[in-house]
Amino acid sequence: MQEALRRFRDPDLARPLLERVRHLAGRAAERLGRPPAFMEVCGTHTVAISRAGLRAALRGLVDLKSGPGCPVCVTDPAEIDAMIALARLPGVTVTTFGDMMRVPGSRGSLEEERARGADVRVVYSPADAVELAAACPERQVVFLGVGFETTAPAVALSALEAARRRLANFSVLTAHKLYPPALEALLADPEVELDGFLLPGHATTILGRRRLAFLAERYGVPAVIAGFEPVDILGALHELLAQVVAGEARVVNAYPRLVREEGNPRALAVMEAVFEPVAAAWRGLGTIPDSGLAFRPAWRELDAAARFRVEVPPSRPHPGCRCGDLMKGKAAPFDCRLFARACRPERPLGPCMVSSEGACAAYYKYERAC
Amino acid sequence: MCLGVPGRVVEVVEPGRWAVVDLLGTRRRVGIALVGEVAPGDYLMVHAGYAIERLDAEQAAESLRLWEAVSGAGGAAEVPGPGPGPALA
Amino acid sequence: MRTGRSELVRLAHGGGGLLTRELVGQVFLKHLGNPVLDRLEDAAVLPGRLALTTDAFVVSPPFFPGGDIGRLAVCGTVNDLAMVGARPLALTASFILEEGLPLADLERAVASMAAAAREAGVTVVAGDTKVVERGGADGLFVTTAGVGLVPEGIALGTDRIRPGDRVIVSGPVGDHGIAVLSRRPGLEFDTPVVSDCRPLNGLVAHLFARLAQGVGTSAIRFLRDPTRGGLATVLTEAAEGASVDIVLDEEEIPVRPEVRGAAEVLGLDPLYLANEGKLVAVCAPEGVEEVLAALRECPEGREARAIGRVEEGRGNVILRTAFGGRKILDLLPGEQLPRIC
Repeated sequence: MQEALRRFRDPDLARPLLERVRHLAGRAAERLGRPPAFMEVCGTHTVAISRAGLRAALRGLVDLKSGPGCPVCVTDPAEIDAMIALARLPGVTVTTFGDMMRVPGSRGSLEEERARGADVRVVYSPADAVELAAACPERQVVFLGVGFETTAPAVALSALEAARRRLANFSVLTAHKLYPPALEALLADPEVELDGFLLPGHATTILGRRRLAFLAERYGVPAVIAGFEPVDILGALHELLAQVVAGEARVVNAYPRLVREEGNPRALAVMEAVFEPVAAAWRGLGTIPDSGLAFRPAWRELDAAARFRVEVPPSRPHPGCRCGDLMKGKAAPFDCRLFARACRPERPLGPCMVSSEGACAAYYKYERAC
Repeated sequence: MCLGVPGRVVEVVEPGRWAVVDLLGTRRRVGIALVGEVAPGDYLMVHAGYAIERLDAEQAAESLRLWEAVSGAGGAAEVPGPGPGPALA
Repeated sequence: MRTGRSELVRLAHGGGGLLTRELVGQVFLKHLGNPVLDRLEDAAVLPGRLALTTDAFVVSPPFFPGGDIGRLAVCGTVNDLAMVGARPLALTASFILEEGLPLADLERAVASMAAAAREAGVTVVAGDTKVVERGGADGLFVTTAGVGLVPEGIALGTDRIRPGDRVIVSGPVGDHGIAVLSRRPGLEFDTPVVSDCRPLNGLVAHLFARLAQGVGTSAIRFLRDPTRGGLATVLTEAAEGASVDIVLDEEEIPVRPEVRGAAEVLGLDPLYLANEGKLVAVCAPEGVEEVLAALRECPEGREARAIGRVEEGRGNVILRTAFGGRKILDLLPGEQLPRIC
């Protein structure tokens, strides 16, 4: 298995595969009359593609657009403001993935709140937050539940663990989102023009291929579930291009070493037991029904939103910020007049620049002319 | 949304709940409730301290075979059309 | 909406990246600037070939695999002097102790400092101690000053870097950064990685002695130890200082597999992780083989590698990826944060 895992990132396999992809992209462009446009739904794909230099290698041949799969990017400013409001409460320790620390809300970020004296700590796993709660019974430990289907089951398990150990000082502020509803919202927008989707391999590990079959069956759009190594991504692009050339639309699992047809039943079961789908506000996409997760009434005791009442003034996005359009694939970072000028990694105005996987941060780091 | 790292089970410390996993040379306690019974030597995909699924060696080999075949095709040669993919659609 | 300068110091200001640079320029250089300080080198070289440096050590946790704050204080200061080509002579050390710090911890750190000083061949000649109330400092802070002498004929600096020069690193990068993170509360993980913290003055002295008998010491243009901010940050500063581009070959940069693995688990880039026992050298192309040979003759430089070259340019560090792609390595805003996305 070790050898196989290494081979998925082997340049000796990736390079010839890249040539095949380039060749096929040319044929796809002939058929369409323009380069094919695919959406990388997942922010981790955006970063992986940029890091391997694939975007530059395919420039002019394939138009790879960043999608709404960056939980930080699509987190509504009001949600961030709520997190900051919690951090300001005395006796509260906010624990979070590092990704959230620099996201700007309406009035600053969690990192800045920490500078003002709030107890905000970065953890690698929600399980670490549970251990912290056990170790510090005098603090109210709140975990910020951000992330898609990949992360929600882990957060649910941690919450159940805290309940099992009767930790009265642990709670979760849920801001989890589900990605298939966002894809449907995108496809409903007539201005969005896409020839296919590169689907997130790990979120789909939880959901299963079948749940995504609707993309081809109902909308006639090709989609390929992809892993994150360069060979995985190139292989998936090859499959997408082959479908475009043949004029076909299927949802293909190109990550079968992990993704199953029906997904992970245990993960789905624990999500189902602890959370229920609710309407959620997505930056740039508006409110989408059944696209977010909230605690079921039976688990209200773990819900930070129920335990703490925080006053959150209505949020205001920065005027000129085009994160929303970017999310929809309607604009590229260079189209935003704030990009690389007023909005830069050290001074981000919108989540697309803050998140290391946000389209703007990735473009700033990897795609500026060199 | 998806940063995951493959890990090898070293030791099961609480069956069905926790195992010590070697993640690319680092060892950590990892939650295994989402994958059920594991044994030392099993490969898992780990995200945020929890295993989200087992890694299937046969499917890994199958994917590599497919892509090695695709990439091995000559410059102007006919490229295989879209398949059902490495796993049945 | 927040725009412009932050009003408060943020942790990111200490990360060695963009915000640190901003702080230095907008506050420190603004008021204290002078021709020597403005060069922003690891140590100041004063008339009479005297080299002078200062440093502060606030590492948390104070004891980590492969080292501790005491050892770090000596090595960091000695290395700053070595990077301008100076032979270190003496150090001062001032301690800020937090009320409640166990005396055993203090003694352990100081004993380690003494051992490191012996290893480097320097003495601590002056010191100071202050105690602050509980909460006023994170256990133990150490500030040092170091003084050394730069031998005749050695003049290092970014102004000497030229297109065509080559870039060499003395060994694998990222060890110290991972070692320290592995003990940080909330992130603790079990890894065989230990800090590479060690004095480099012996390595540098050997390098110059060897070159003096061969291609000449002027073959070395520039030295720096990639501490906070890592290799990418230090080379960006060099590229900007010299108004050139530095092109690195990703496949040539040595990183231990355990470091690469731990970094990947946390979502971090080894090129931005701190090192405390490595140096980066820019040398004339005709000197590459001798420099590598000289470094490899010492245990501290056994794994030295040539990793890139200097080209005409505007101050960018460009990484050539395994697929032949090119991408810019920018300064990070602040410290790298572990991520799940």
